[in-house]
Parts: sequence; C-alpha cells; structure tokens
Amino acid sequence: MALRTSAEVSGMGHSMKRKEDPRFIRGKGTYVDDITLPGMVYLDIVRSPLAHAKIVSINSEQALKIPGVLAVITGQTLAQFNLHWMPTLMSDTQMVLPVEKVMYQAQEVAAVVATDRYAAADGVAAVDVDYEPLPVVVDPFKALEPDAPILRTDKKDKKDNRIFHWEAGDKAATDRAFAAADVVVKQSLYIPRIHVASIETCGCIADFDRVRGKLTVWMTTQAPHAIRTVFALVAGHVGLSEEKIRIISPDIGGGFGGKVPVYPGYVIAVAASVVLGRPVKWIEDRMENLQADSFARDYHVTAELAAKKDGRMTALRIKTVADHGYADAACNPSKFPAGLFSICTGSYDLKNAFAEVDGVYTNKPPGGIAYRCSFRVTEAVHTIERITDVLAQQLSMDPAELRLKNFIPPERFPYQSALGWEYDSGNYAAALKKAMDLVDYAGLRKEQAEKRKRGELMGIGISSFTEIVGAGPSKHFDILGLKMFDSCEIRVHPTGKAVARFGTKSQGQGHETTYAQIVAEELGIPAAHVEVEEGDTDTAPYGLGTYASRSTPTAGAAGAMAARKIRDKAKKLAAHLLEVSEEDLEWEPGKFWVKGAPQKSKTIQEIAFAAYTNHPQGMEAGLEAVSYYDPPNLTFPFGSYICVVDIDRGTGEVKIRRFVAVDDCGTIINPMIVDGQIHGGLTMGMAPALLEEISYDEGGNIQGGSFMDYLLPTAMETPKWETDKTVTPSPHHPFGAKGVGESATVGAPPAIANAVVDALAHLGVKHIDIPITPEKVWTILKEKGVAE
Amino acid sequence: MARHQIRVTVNGASHEVEVESRLLLVHLIRDQLRLTGTHIGCDTTHCGACTVLLTGPDGTPEPVKSCTVLAVQADGREVTTVEGLEQDGKLHPVQEGFWQEHGLQCGFCTPGMMLTSVALLKRNPKPTEDDIRHAISGNLCRCTGYVNIVKAVQYAAAKQA
Repeated sequence: MALRTSAEVSGMGHSMKRKEDPRFIRGKGTYVDDITLPGMVYLDIVRSPLAHAKIVSINSEQALKIPGVLAVITGQTLAQFNLHWMPTLMSDTQMVLPVEKVMYQAQEVAAVVATDRYAAADGVAAVDVDYEPLPVVVDPFKALEPDAPILRTDKKDKKDNRIFHWEAGDKAATDRAFAAADVVVKQSLYIPRIHVASIETCGCIADFDRVRGKLTVWMTTQAPHAIRTVFALVAGHVGLSEEKIRIISPDIGGGFGGKVPVYPGYVIAVAASVVLGRPVKWIEDRMENLQADSFARDYHVTAELAAKKDGRMTALRIKTVADHGYADAACNPSKFPAGLFSICTGSYDLKNAFAEVDGVYTNKPPGGIAYRCSFRVTEAVHTIERITDVLAQQLSMDPAELRLKNFIPPERFPYQSALGWEYDSGNYAAALKKAMDLVDYAGLRKEQAEKRKRGELMGIGISSFTEIVGAGPSKHFDILGLKMFDSCEIRVHPTGKAVARFGTKSQGQGHETTYAQIVAEELGIPAAHVEVEEGDTDTAPYGLGTYASRSTPTAGAAGAMAARKIRDKAKKLAAHLLEVSEEDLEWEPGKFWVKGAPQKSKTIQEIAFAAYTNHPQGMEAGLEAVSYYDPPNLTFPFGSYICVVDIDRGTGEVKIRRFVAVDDCGTIINPMIVDGQIHGGLTMGMAPALLEEISYDEGGNIQGGSFMDYLLPTAMETPKWETDKTVTPSPHHPFGAKGVGESATVGAPPAIANAVVDALAHLGVKHIDIPITPEKVWTILKEKGVAE
Repeated sequence: MARHQIRVTVNGASHEVEVESRLLLVHLIRDQLRLTGTHIGCDTTHCGACTVLLTGPDGTPEPVKSCTVLAVQADGREVTTVEGLEQDGKLHPVQEGFWQEHGLQCGFCTPGMMLTSVALLKRNPKPTEDDIRHAISGNLCRCTGYVNIVKAVQYAAAKQA
C-alpha cells in the first residue's frame, strides 16, 4: 500500500513502534494481579480429585480455625442465592460450585477466603470433602452408546449424552457426487484437546461497594462489555443492576480465546465480595488454569473427499464427534454450535459438501473455545488440508499441483461456497506460487528424491488455508442475543489531540498502536497523539470484544467510520473558516484545502480548535463521533505455507528446517505488528502439531495438567519463521483489512503434519494424528524397519 | 510458622523485612515491596515470567526463577528486577532492543525474558543466534514466536559492543 502519511503522522502502512511498550519494558504494565486494594482479601479454590463423584459432605471446621481464614464458600452457600449454577454462552448450564456431584477432575468444590494468599491455600488444604465415586465417561463415542451413564442428571428430560447435532450442506447431492466419483479417499483424524496457556493465568478482583451499591470487577476478560451484561442477567435477582456494574480489563497477559468465558472463580469472587463487603482477589495458578479452564478442539473427525481421475475435487463429506466435557461452554456465536466449521471446504471450488457435528458430554472440563483461532476454523482447515494431501497421495499427484487445480479462481470472488459462505476476496494461486518460489519448491523435491535414495527422511508439506473471521454481521451472529457489532468513540480535543475508545480489548495484539494509526490515517492527527482506551465498561462504548480475529474487521472499521464522521463535521468547520462552500474543499490526511488554491487550507488542528472556540452559529460545539459498526459480511484471510522437515531416524524427532509463510490479510495497518502476529501464530500452530495435548486416562485423570508435561514451545524448538505476503483487500471493509491474529495458528498445523507424512509417504504412511511426537514417529520408523 | 528478619537489596535499595519461612521471593518482591514488574506464570519453574537476577556467593548476578527461591535464601544478597534496568532515565540496551524489534506483545513474559538476556550479554557479549535461543529457553513466550526476541537481544549486543 502506498503511504499517504508521513512517519510523523504514522497512519496505516507505517511500522510504528508500539505505543504500549514503554510501560511493559519498564515492568509498569498493570495486570490484574498487580492491583492491590485497601482491605483486599484472597480467594483460593478446593478442587475435586475425582472426575465423577457424589459429594457426601464438605467439612470446613478445620479450615475456619486457621488464622486469617475468613470464610469457606460451598455450593450450599451459593444455592441460598440461587447462584450455584450459571448459564454458559451456548445456552447450556454449568456449576459455579456443586451441591450434589462433581463432573470432572479439578472442578471447583468450595472456596476459601483469607487475609493472604498463604492462609487461603492453607484453608484449601484443610477443607475435608467426602466423595462417593461414580462411573466415569471419558470416551465421547462410548458416551453416545445406549448403555452409557447419563451425565447431566440435573436436566430432567435428558435421556442421553448428546448435546447437539449440527449439519450443513446438501446431503443427497453430496452422496450422489460420491457415488459418481472416480476416486474417493477417507481419513479419520483426531484434533486433540489443547489449552491456550496464556502466560498470565486468569483472575479477578471483585470489589462490591456496599454504600454505593456498585460492583467493580478487574478481570482477565477479552469481552468486558458482554461480561457486564451477563453478570447483570445472572445476578439481577440478587440486586446487581447493569449501571452499577463496572468491568475493567486491565493489561492482559495473553488471551487466545481462554479469557472469553466466565469461569466459576470469577463468580465466586463476586459473591464473596458481596457477602464480605471487601475486595476479593482470585488468581488461579497454572495447574488450575490447565486443568479446569476451557479447553480447545477435541474433534474426532472422519473426512471423505471425492474427485475425478484428473484430481478435480467433486465432493466433501465430514462426520465429527465433538467432546465438550460436562457442559457446552464453548464460545461460539449462538446460532453456531459447531462454530464456523462449515469453512471446511477451504480454498477449493467444491460444488458439493456435507458436514455434521455431534456435540457430546463427557466427564471432562467444559469448554470448546478457540485456541487463537476463529470459531472451530482450525479444526476445519486441518481436516481439508490433510484430506487434500491424502487425495494427492492416492492419485500420485504433487500436492501443490492438486491444490492449484482446485483453487477457487480469483475471478470467482465474491464466491458462494457449498456450505453457504460468501468469500469476500482471494487469490489463492498467487500466494501458493509465491511460497513455492521463496522456498524453491522444485529444488526441494529434487533434494528429497536424492535423499530418499540414501535413506534420509525429508518431507515437504503445504497448507493453503482460508480463514473466516470478523464476526458479525449481526443478522447471523450474536452471543446470548447480543449482536456482534463493535464500536469506537473518538473525541478530538481543542488542541487537535484525540482520545479513541473501543469496544474490544487487546491482549497483546497492539491495539493502542494500530487503532491510533487508523485514526491517524483518517484524520491526519499523529498516531502519537491519539490515546487509545479499551476495557473499561464505564467509559468505552459497548462492543463484543476481541477474539476470532474480529478487532480490525469490526472495531477497526468502527474507528475509520467514526473518524469519517468527524471529518464530515471538520469539513463544515473548514468551509466556515475558509469562507468557501464544502464542495470547494479537498482533503488530504491532516488538512482541507481549497480546490485550485492549495495555499488556502486549514489543518485538522486548526479545525479542532475552531470546533471549541469559533464554531459557526447553528452548529454544535465539539468534535467527536461514535460508530457502531455492523460488518456486511465476514472477512476471509488466506495464505499458503510450506514446511520442510527432516526426521531423525534414531529418535523420531521432527526438525523443522524451513517454514515459509505467505499470508494475505488484506490491507495492512502496521507491517511490523502483522509480522509479529504471524510469528506468534505460527508458533501456536506448531505447538499442537508437534507438542501439545491434554488427554485423560480411563479414570478421567488429566495427563498434561502442568507445564511439566504440557509442553509449550521454547525458543529451541521454534524455527526461524520466514514470512511474506500478498495483499488482496476485503472489498466490503472500510479500508480493506481482514484481520490477521489467528491465520497462522490455523494454517500451520496441516503444513507441518503434511510435511511429516510426506517424509514417510514412500514407506506407505498416509496419516499421523497431531501432536506428532518423537515417540509416534519412532514407533512408525520401527514398524517400517527404518529406525536407526 | 517461624518468621525471620532478613536484609535484601533490591535494585540498589536495602530492605529489612520480616518474612515467614515459606514466603517465596517472588511474593516478597511483588506483594511486600510492591515491585509488580516481576510476574508469575506457573508453579513449576518452567515459564520464567518470575525471573530476576540474584547475586551468587561470588557476587555475580545470575538469573533465577523467583517462584522457586525462598525469600530467606535472598538474605544478604542483591536482587535486580525489571524496575532496576533503566538507569538515570536511560533505558537499558536490552529494553531498547525489545521495543525497537517488537520483541514483546502482551508484555507478560517480557521482564523475565529481558533479565535473562541481560545476564546472557554479561557473560557472552557477542552471542550467536543459537546462544540466544539456548539462553532464553527457560523463558516461555506465547505471543512472539521468539524471532523478534532473538533480534532484540542481537540489537542490544550490537548496541553494547
């Protein structure tokens, strides 16, 4: 994009250094645990050691004797206020604290409030809970069998463990296309349960001011406004009224979707503050975070792809069992129980498709959030990109050639997909060809052939993904009825500086910088002088928050629209000051000038001053505007990734030698930040591909419940990512942006899995489930007789 | 629980405090001394968000994970936290590097990551990329993918040369 502003103004396209960094590099960020209020007390949680059990008794006697322990809160305490259950965002229910039984290991059982953290922890150790074990259901397929124990006995009419059945597409037409196909491939794949594991865990300080009747909650939340409304709806009956609730998201140490849900700890802290009349801090530790907070993925997929002999894809059929744990506490838009899984036709012109998902209850923590991806998009992309390679292998066709043959061509956009989406814009072949050139694809294939002759294992994997992000539009997208628009309010001060407040909340994405750049681009006010604020529901306009790569597509758009409203008024002011009609004025970022007489001009700063000192009769003073932006469509970022791996025949270790990522997120606001988002996304794509998984044994005991065995990538495993881009603006977004935070997390896993399978394809390997650990690879090498 | 009188120097300022035997250094720093730039990200010494520099017996400051050091172990020793990096209003080259090279996103791992980097550059002023990756492998970052952190440390190394 050609730069329209100077570095001093730093509008869009400038790699402006981040405005938020000066406080972070000095240790002066304000994360929730950094806040201390006068009289504050600490809350800690007793958790269940069993995955499914009846609670026989909870004895708090010893705990209450510990110096500093003020209270022990149980389900019975909350039941007095009817706060022991709460709704999930998917219109299911989950326990805040149990009265009758626990449903997963590490579930909250009781809470201890004490004057300091250590006393609270002592109290937790002293609470004596007597359990009676119940049969545990871990396997979602077994949960669907007729003789499986019914888990949600709280739901009187519930006769099985199925939460929902969702489907999309034309089943009959798809079945016909399969019957007529030359080639059909079928592959089962498990996309395992993982955890976002942001380095800051979740927590809050709830402060109920009895005199003012006002509740203030500092909280690690990605969606403060929606949380405020949920609190008002859930606790209205105990006297909490929405104007008396203030949610503040302070600095957040990473979110990735894990900080969208309302966890029981938040609600217990609020209840404790109301009861005690003191500020209550709850900060979970890492093991609580991994063991009890919302998981992501856990999709058991069976995919089939039909094609003609020449490789032309004709139909896709997918059947999925989704393990949601004991409650559907996913964070999908209300009408989409399987999120946007129907993006599973990917980048290909597939005329027929049918997809179905069954959501199932098991004795595991509730959830089904994203892991740095739009709603269930990673699951969809992994499925289509993996099955595409299975087809290539079946046809003995190069996977790049197969993709190029099936891409939706650029001239077909806007493109109507078989499962109902209108893709806004794309040029898939351009991205793939660029990646192939950068990595020297032909050269690598030659190298691979030579290495195979020598018995060396090298693989090349491709992923050409299409994302779907930026929800609304509000006609289809809501959360608990709240439409998925987003917002911006800009006030320009008399000296030409501005404050811009948004309905979203950054968790590291750099909104304070990029939003300022959007305003700078639209108004010509230097980004350095645009103060961005988010996260305080008392001051920011209402919005649905930051997740699913929606900030730039929605709130960013609202920023541009609010700025344009300000520009409209500025034009009237400029016409007044220059004594010309509005039609005679031309705009460039920062000033209006008179057509034919460019020396006659007024800067935005002069205009802002006039808005407060010299505005014309009949015009209101001030220079501010608000926009609630409802996107007309979603945006569809895309890209092509190529991964090159070498496999150690002695250990089974997969080494990523090169990883080339060509991304297209439409118009770029800050290239430096976009690159950073892609680096981070690629790393969180590699993580589940090679390292991360949370699994359970038959007793429902979590495996991978601490950083001892839930392996986040360190700098040693993470390769030096190579990034590049194409730019295909979104035609419907005010400045053509599509969102970028999650593309790489979505696109990377199949590129890596495809590379490993490619390295072993000549041995007859067709598929390996992620995470592709050294143990899995070594076992295959051993079976094939090539282990060293 | 026994209590102990200890003297700890933090960022050049001497503090005499009474602590429980079990108090972790990170809680002394954060909750009692109110230096909240040192963060807590796990309970198993893996993430490194709580990294500070602590002088060893020979007086050399070494990075330690302050969630796994008892406050009493710091008695008579010197601690440097992120708040101690800037001197006389001038950013440490490592701080400058992290800002310049976009070496941070959410900022939560950043203080620990910077202190580990400061210690690395002290013992190895000209680290290779591999040296840097090895040095910071005990500090987890979930946002950046480490590429720009490596660049930030390289920036600081060049600046100090």
